[in-house]
Amino acid sequence: MEKILEVKDLHVTFRTYGGTVKAVRGVNFHLNKGETLAIVGESGCGKSVTSNAIMRLIPDPPGKISNGSIRFKEKEITRLTEKQMRSIRGVDISMIFQDPMTALNPTLTIGTQLVEGLQQHRKISASEAKAKALDMLELVGIPNAVERLKQYPHQFSGGMRQRIVIAMALICEPELLIADEPTTALDVTIQAQILELFEKIQDATGVSIILITHDLGVVAKIADRVAVMYAGKIIEVGDKREIFYESQHPYTKGLLNSVPRLDLQGEKLTPIDGTPPDLFSPPEGCPFSARCPFAMEVCDKVYPVTTVRSTSHEVDCWLQDERAKQLLATAEK
Amino acid sequence: MEPNKMEQSPGTIPDEWFKWKGKDTDAAETVARPSLSYWQDAWRRLVKNKLAMAGLLFLILLTLFAIFGPILSPYEVNKQDLPNQYQPPSSDHWFGTDNAGRDVFTRTWYGARISLFVGLMAALIDLSIGIIYGGLSGYKGGRTDNIMMRIIEVLYGLPYLLVVILLLVVLGPSLTTIIIALTVTGWVGMARIVRGQVLQIKNYEFVLASKSFGTKTPRIIRKNLLPNTMGPIIVQMTLTVPSAIFAEAFLSFLGLGIQAPYASWGVMANDSLGAILSGNWWTLFFPAFFISFTMFAFNVLGDGLQDALDPKLRK
Amino acid sequence: MLKYIAKRLLIMAVTLWVIVTLTFILMVTIPGSPLNSERNTNETVQANLEAHYNLDEPYYVQYFLYIKSIVTFDFGPSIKQPNQTVNELLGRGFPISFELGIITIVVALLSGIILGILAALRHNGIIDYLAISLAVLGISIPNFVLATLLIQKLAVDWNILPPATWSSPAHMILPVIALATGPMAIIARLTRSTMLEVLTQDYIKMARAKGLSPWKIVLKHALRNALMPVVTIMGTLLAGILTGTFVIEKIFAIPGMGRYFVESINQRDYPVIMGTTVFYSGFLIFMLFLVDIIYGILDPRIKLHKKGGA
Repeated sequence: MEKILEVKDLHVTFRTYGGTVKAVRGVNFHLNKGETLAIVGESGCGKSVTSNAIMRLIPDPPGKISNGSIRFKEKEITRLTEKQMRSIRGVDISMIFQDPMTALNPTLTIGTQLVEGLQQHRKISASEAKAKALDMLELVGIPNAVERLKQYPHQFSGGMRQRIVIAMALICEPELLIADEPTTALDVTIQAQILELFEKIQDATGVSIILITHDLGVVAKIADRVAVMYAGKIIEVGDKREIFYESQHPYTKGLLNSVPRLDLQGEKLTPIDGTPPDLFSPPEGCPFSARCPFAMEVCDKVYPVTTVRSTSHEVDCWLQDERAKQLLATAEK
Repeated sequence: MEPNKMEQSPGTIPDEWFKWKGKDTDAAETVARPSLSYWQDAWRRLVKNKLAMAGLLFLILLTLFAIFGPILSPYEVNKQDLPNQYQPPSSDHWFGTDNAGRDVFTRTWYGARISLFVGLMAALIDLSIGIIYGGLSGYKGGRTDNIMMRIIEVLYGLPYLLVVILLLVVLGPSLTTIIIALTVTGWVGMARIVRGQVLQIKNYEFVLASKSFGTKTPRIIRKNLLPNTMGPIIVQMTLTVPSAIFAEAFLSFLGLGIQAPYASWGVMANDSLGAILSGNWWTLFFPAFFISFTMFAFNVLGDGLQDALDPKLRK
Repeated sequence: MLKYIAKRLLIMAVTLWVIVTLTFILMVTIPGSPLNSERNTNETVQANLEAHYNLDEPYYVQYFLYIKSIVTFDFGPSIKQPNQTVNELLGRGFPISFELGIITIVVALLSGIILGILAALRHNGIIDYLAISLAVLGISIPNFVLATLLIQKLAVDWNILPPATWSSPAHMILPVIALATGPMAIIARLTRSTMLEVLTQDYIKMARAKGLSPWKIVLKHALRNALMPVVTIMGTLLAGILTGTFVIEKIFAIPGMGRYFVESINQRDYPVIMGTTVFYSGFLIFMLFLVDIIYGILDPRIKLHKKGGA
């Protein structure tokens, strides 16, 4: 399979008055063409920062990509100039934000906002741009597109606005779409519709999608692979089946246990106790050890080595070590 | 996930580290900061704002000088000493003397009394009328509110300073009439803010809830209502004082300011406009400096308070 | 929209009525005023007054006739300058004051907005601090002090610019600076703070994610939203500039309406004071109305029910 994006050892830091926040601390993942990768984690775990880093939209200062590489096709994103980056944004990589209520400029018509990206990047007449905008509105399922183009964002419902944002992101036919919590701000029924729209669009255009979310229900619906992030690191990655049925990391299991499931009725929901560590001075060892029910002494001392369980499934956890397995076995007796 | 950070292979980790760790719940449950009351918290944020604190310090010093400044000086405030007119600042006359040989230092602190008094009174009267009118309007709601707000809208359209000029021409300028004129339409802004706050309070769910549970009202007012509503009112007051001082200075220029024997900063500055052309800069400089710095101090303090008192900014 | 305009027009009319009635009541009550029963010494003046105000009629008829004369833009005679009417004074003075006001507002808007944007884009940079300092100074110094300092330094000491009158573009520079500095400072401060807020909005991030150039983002997406609050305070600023012309015209000896107004105050020329107040109030109230309408046009979200003004 062709990799269109490969992130290696990505570090992002933010300098604040209180000190330096190490928001992303050595993240590695890749994305294949046409697939959907979900990055899952609690708020503040660095998943949005990671996606902003790929778009090079980290505000600098105070933020900075301090180390690592982001390779998009043949281009090293971290080394591009701002001008080169502009010819990638919206054209090759697009982004959708969480809240469709604020992602649209209230004082411009949606027609203007739809075509401006197109006109920035392609030599195209106004009527061609408008035709393309109409096509996009049709694709995302907005009726009466001709009239709707002249309207302002406040004349649309939340779900409709998110459809428009998606149309805006896709209008230049990008190869990669980063969706940062695209359904969080929406009603549950609308969420389902938007997720279906993502599937439809992927079938129609073959776009690869990185989906940032904390909602495992969303992941179950449309992701091919899942990366679980915690305290600025990816602690487990696998295809959807491996994460949902064979997850190894106690944090991943904890996440799954804190979500209500129809197929496991009667089982108790168990929230994960405690809060994530302070990223001003992240712990040396496994950042989850303070909350982990299986924490060993080694977990506080050394960050776990990556265990490769299959071509797609990798996990950073000391429980994968043979000696830990013996310990578990004796504990069960 | 860290293929290039494999410097620590599992083999190098000693076996004895593989044993269960005692559960330290403390580490997982640390509370980041002690809880502070709203006012403590606001005060802490205000103290961090250096500019606002400088403004506050200036105003405190100014008040002290307005009270005690004249004591430091051997001169009478209105004592004319024509042979000694236009003396530059010296050890005898720290701020020099004016066209009638009066001591500018002494007059500056008397001026401070007048100017601050005008500003504070205007702010207090605005506040009183604003609370009564705005409170009633917001509390009653419905038709009463509607009518009262239409009246406000009409008054709001009146050009403030023109009405003040008109009233002073008719009433004749004096300390009392100036304060009256400044507040006749000045309270409208405060009334609007108070009404907005009252409407907000009425809609808070905890107010409704506390009513139905019979919680003690004073506690609710102190803990919940005041912090959420006092902010904008305090800020508005901080900004009313300097604008009243400014307006009084403007009126002095039109000859409608405080009349002799009193002298506000505005009157002093205005009387000295001609003197500066003959090189006697100090007669204008000191009153103008204090007007400007008082404006500045109130404005930065108002800005600081606005940030400090905003419940949304509380982190 | 039409309903809103109708409502605003009604409120405008009521506000004007309040001003007119207030002036009438004041004129009738104060001693020495032309409408008071006391009689003037100057015969020409007295004749003019009686002709205009129908002093022999009962108050309610006077009041009715007074309102009628205001509605027909007839502000009556002056009592200190015989054979001069307030209309003649306005006709001579107002165009000059209007010119001064318009130039000032344009200068204040342009410089204030540019300064505010630059400060926001270079947040915490040198330009930002410079802009803030300038804004604070502009807000804190009374305009008559600033005007005096400008004359003293630029005109008298350094002899660069003419110190007074309104006879050539060079003569306009100092009065406009003196009058525009305050409003400019307020505009710059407001533009800066709203610009800073707007720049953190998601739609700005979205515009960046589309690959738009920084200038396009500022001009197309940020500026318009950042200027909304500036529009809402335009009414207050206009009122400030208008009263500012009283001061500036007197100091710079500009033969505008402001100077006549100040003179009429000093001489207690009541008809001129009253007439000018009514005229200027009407002018300002109409401006407030225009500002409200412009705001409604600029912001599609507002269905014109929000009140303008600071």
